[in-house]
Amino acid sequence: MLIPAVILTIIFKYGPMFGVIIAFQQFSPVKGIERSPWIGLDNFRYALNMPTTERVIQNTLIIAIGKIILGLIVPLVVALMLNELRRNWSKRTIQTAVYLPHFLSWVILGGIMIEILSPSRGIVNDVLGIFGFGPIYFLGDNSWFQPTLILSHVWKEFGFNTVIYLAALTGIDPALYEAAMVDGASRIRQAINITLPGLRPIIILLATLSLGSVLDAGFEQVLVLYSPQVYPTGDIVDTMVYRMGLIQAQYGVATAIGLAKSLVSLVLISVAYWTAYKFAQYRIF
Amino acid sequence: MVYKEHWSRHVFVVVNALLLATLAAVCLFPLIHVLALSFSAAPAAAAGKVALWPVDFTVAAYDFALSRPAFRNSIMVSVQRVILGVFINMLLTVLVAYPLSRESSAFPARTFYAWFFIVTMLVSGGLIPLYMVVRWTGLLDSIWALVLPTAVPVFNVVLLLNFFRGLPKELEEAAFIDGAGHWTVLFKIYLPLSMPALATLTLFSFVMHWNSWFDGLIFMNSPDNYPLQSYLQTLVISRDISQFGMDPSLLRLVSDQTFKAAQIFIGALPIILIYPFLQRYFVKGIVLGSVKG
Repeated sequence: MLIPAVILTIIFKYGPMFGVIIAFQQFSPVKGIERSPWIGLDNFRYALNMPTTERVIQNTLIIAIGKIILGLIVPLVVALMLNELRRNWSKRTIQTAVYLPHFLSWVILGGIMIEILSPSRGIVNDVLGIFGFGPIYFLGDNSWFQPTLILSHVWKEFGFNTVIYLAALTGIDPALYEAAMVDGASRIRQAINITLPGLRPIIILLATLSLGSVLDAGFEQVLVLYSPQVYPTGDIVDTMVYRMGLIQAQYGVATAIGLAKSLVSLVLISVAYWTAYKFAQYRIF
Repeated sequence: MVYKEHWSRHVFVVVNALLLATLAAVCLFPLIHVLALSFSAAPAAAAGKVALWPVDFTVAAYDFALSRPAFRNSIMVSVQRVILGVFINMLLTVLVAYPLSRESSAFPARTFYAWFFIVTMLVSGGLIPLYMVVRWTGLLDSIWALVLPTAVPVFNVVLLLNFFRGLPKELEEAAFIDGAGHWTVLFKIYLPLSMPALATLTLFSFVMHWNSWFDGLIFMNSPDNYPLQSYLQTLVISRDISQFGMDPSLLRLVSDQTFKAAQIFIGALPIILIYPFLQRYFVKGIVLGSVKG
């Protein structure tokens, strides 16, 4: 039963893992892996010495960490607010609205954003104009590009963690709230002293697991939304690998950068899972 | 017991509901705005008169989009990709999940194979080596490049194998005593009992294949082979309409703005149509995957 899946996995998953050896070669597709000359760590040295490298790493970290932090806080606040709604239908209606962007691709959402954020004809700048601001070129101005990336990511994805928090909320014993009410605790005290401590394990868990993604600033999103004028703030490791490797055909250097990123991520993921297991008794499998 | 609530509580309830309603609106308005644009006449759209409802209603942008071979072609590629891709995904998910759901005593190599697949979730060779492998296998420019590298969805396998493990053992024990083999147990007992889980995974797989665009972009040399989302990517990042070769008489009704809006909406439509089902299973799926025990 396993044979077809094993063969496909060896070719398309383990094959590329083996293929990272071209990071140590002056690889040319004509010569192939067997006959391309070995150059040791030269590709890595070259990548580190490129003038853009430092900036790209910095962009990646800022964007990714911004997304992680907001991606933990916003869903928590929304889940707590949803939890206060009494009517189930209003809860359901709002949830239906906020999950939808999660299922749409960045091409669709990016297309929508390019339209509504356009400085000349976009509705967002029309509205800002009414209040006397603007026009702001969200996708073309280096001071706005990173916040735009972070907020649009939150727009797409916050529904996901909201579900997890809501599920954890249902696990809190209602008797605790009843006891608190009898003792005369206000709703705010109940939220601080019962709800938040009840959610603490899941908050710690999500925070630790997101450690593995500090180098993932959102490749597909950036690729759809960026343009050369925002490379100074918008170019991230993955987009740099893509441009160097598949557009400029510098296969060896691009693979080296990708490999370095994977190794760092792998270490971070291992640390994250180990920590999650240690402190929250969480296991994925 | 009835508590008399303080007035501040009522204020809070109203403010809270209003904030949440605003949030929901912020999530949906961009989509509705683009939908309204796609059904509006070009001059009204360009003049910024369109907010959430079409102005000078017309379907010209859709007519024009659907009349273009490149667009129709990319829809066909996407449909093929989804049918083939979902079928392969589901077949392999079932074929992998069943053996891995066995006890280690019945299938000693279980742990080895489990790690064999799980490792691919944690590490990957990266973009360039994957491209080289696809090139080496000669799949560039063929639909197989879009479905074979993603053929084994390990996350789905984990979900299904956990589901299989929750099924009552007595059923299969009875079947084995009656002389059934593993194939019979899988197809006659496990699969019929797993319909809700299989439906969920089919939806996930559908969404994944419909939404993927980057692989289409890099594995297809010829834009004729682009699936819809890859085609849309090249469309939305292009800022120029001249390349579309538009008939001047159409310009009264269609602009690149309404034309793009219409195509973006068509790209989102299948997801919106299955969304009611997705949402229901989505919650179960995440909770199943993330908050165990």
